[in-house]
Amino acid sequence: MKYLDEYRDAGLARALAERIRRRVTRPWVLMEICGGQTHTIMRCGLPELLPSEIELVDGPGCPVCVTPLEIVDRAIEIAGRPGVIFVSYGDMLRVPGSRSDLFRVKAAGADVRIAYSPMEAVRIARENPHRPVVFFAIGFETTAPANAMAVRQAKREGLENFSVLVSHMLVPPAMRMILRSLANRVQAFIAPGHVCSVMGFREYEVLSAEFRVPIVVGGFEPVDLLESIAMLVDQLEDGRAGLENQYSRLVTRTGSAPARRIMEEVFEVTDRQWRGIGPIPASGYRLREAYTAFDAERLYGAGTIRAAEPPECIAARVMQGLKKPADCPAFATRCTPGHPLGASMVSSEGACAAYYAYRRHTAPEVPA
Amino acid sequence: MTTFTCPAPIAANDTILLGHGSGGKLSADLLRDIFLPAFANPLLSRLEDQAIFEIAGARLAFTTDSFVVKPLFFHGGDIGSLAVHGTVNDLAMGGARPLALSAAFILEEGFSLADLRRVVDSMAQAAARAGVSIVTGDTKVVERGSGDGVYINTAGIGLVAEGVNLSASNARPGDAVILSGAIGDHGAAILTHREGLELDGAIASDSAPLHDLVDAIFAVTRDIRALRDPTRGGLASTLNEIAAQSRVGIELRESAIPVHEAVRGACEVLGLDTLYVANEGKLVAIAPAEKAEAIVAAMRRHPLGEESAVIGTVTPRDPGLVTMRTAFGTTRIVDMLAGDQLPRIC
Repeated sequence: MKYLDEYRDAGLARALAERIRRRVTRPWVLMEICGGQTHTIMRCGLPELLPSEIELVDGPGCPVCVTPLEIVDRAIEIAGRPGVIFVSYGDMLRVPGSRSDLFRVKAAGADVRIAYSPMEAVRIARENPHRPVVFFAIGFETTAPANAMAVRQAKREGLENFSVLVSHMLVPPAMRMILRSLANRVQAFIAPGHVCSVMGFREYEVLSAEFRVPIVVGGFEPVDLLESIAMLVDQLEDGRAGLENQYSRLVTRTGSAPARRIMEEVFEVTDRQWRGIGPIPASGYRLREAYTAFDAERLYGAGTIRAAEPPECIAARVMQGLKKPADCPAFATRCTPGHPLGASMVSSEGACAAYYAYRRHTAPEVPA
Repeated sequence: MTTFTCPAPIAANDTILLGHGSGGKLSADLLRDIFLPAFANPLLSRLEDQAIFEIAGARLAFTTDSFVVKPLFFHGGDIGSLAVHGTVNDLAMGGARPLALSAAFILEEGFSLADLRRVVDSMAQAAARAGVSIVTGDTKVVERGSGDGVYINTAGIGLVAEGVNLSASNARPGDAVILSGAIGDHGAAILTHREGLELDGAIASDSAPLHDLVDAIFAVTRDIRALRDPTRGGLASTLNEIAAQSRVGIELRESAIPVHEAVRGACEVLGLDTLYVANEGKLVAIAPAEKAEAIVAAMRRHPLGEESAVIGTVTPRDPGLVTMRTAFGTTRIVDMLAGDQLPRIC
């Protein structure tokens, strides 16, 4: 496959690993932000290729993982209402709420459907004018434009039976929170390429300058990630701290203006709760006033659901790079993908789940 | 190393999820918690794709399978041919030549007779090509809305070749893992059809009867440890079952596993891993390493085994675990999935 195979080339990967090995003189802690990047790193076993000085820690960028328990509970509650067609991206269906998950309410009779795009939900609403259709609009800046477009389209068509349950997160505020923390260990970041393809990387230039931290906008294939790491190691070893763009085949400094325009038309910035991490100011989107008719939270009653995370889960520290999945006594024993205790085990892109699926054979034994 | 199984018990008030039919961990839970305790007997507890028993000096294989595929007609096959091939293959994986099949139809009120005729004609053709007769059957009709047009159950009996003793619990360290061709064709054909993906050159299901290919293997040697067809749950699930039942590790070489380019592209678009995508015309053979080369050569001469290859080895390390040497020279786990594969959000 063109544009993919060259970024999965084993020879190129080994050459980059060798370049990193030659360049590195002391330990560095690097964080990849996006869950898709974590997935590739684990799946390809990239840590095995890297010198022991390079420690990769996995960031908070798995959208499924950081969707708050309360929102999952609300989704389950709405999906269970008579007549509702609830439409979601596939990997949200298995995410456990406090008592159930969307697969289970489906089995109990709810009409829950998987879609690859929110426009499919708009089509379902058009075809079922007498039934309420709710789309679960989650994700980062990557999914926000498509979700915004679906809402705008529904408004244009006057689809009164369509609404969205919004839980959109923004990446830069989460990075800022990590960098501000006194416990922070992260010395350089691989910024999420797909988010930057929409947003550009000006926000990351600001972060890099403000905190004097190297940031490379990186892609998602193994060669992309190794090249990003090599670029970060060069900066760290040189004592530089700037913004560089590895993913230039998709990302420009200003991003996609049309995509941002539609997001800005439909969404406005709001405080958001991050599962496993807690509240972060100005870290997400909600629907603007002009679109509140499409807000499922308003339509179906707002925020009385409260839920608490299991106290032994260390997901918050894992997602800030302070702990590794295998540091957790519950990892792979009381907490597995089939029975997740917390945020980073619930989706295959979560750090704990990816580590469990691909790397647990390399984990040091942890007393249970 | 520690074992990492932490099965969540099925609670009394719980219900069946789609994932219970995925061939993954949820399916295994259902067997372990509901069916095996209720039906307990030595033939069933072997957990093979077929039961094998002796009657009047003949070793017979007996198996059954139900088919609920949507869409009913797809590129490379339909529910009818699939229902024949599936049961023929379950017999073949026990080393048996099929003797006779049954066919039971659950029809939905309102289903088109023309479509039924098409399905039945396809079954008849598939049975004729496989050299097996459909000798008994049953028909039931359910109310509109209680079925998807047609569900088919087939059962089959077959005669096990002499000197053959196949079981997923027979794999031994040092054995070779042989695969008969590219993976994921069937699942990718169904999924691209379902999602309405327009690809250059449609992907055809690999649905095919495998007993002739098995004969080609037996012509080289009958000293085969295990045969399995990696259907739902794909190659990964099948190998995990063998590793668990034989209490061995299995180490795969990623670069040795054939995947057709169109299938790779479709799975990339759909966000799926080909290792977990269904096949309906492929087999995995576990065989003594010294015979692997001759077996692969014989399989490659057969039209259904042209892309056969040794894809890995059985090891004494990490019993129950399947690992893969990636193209980058690193190692990763190839896990059993809990339920169906879900498309990822990004």
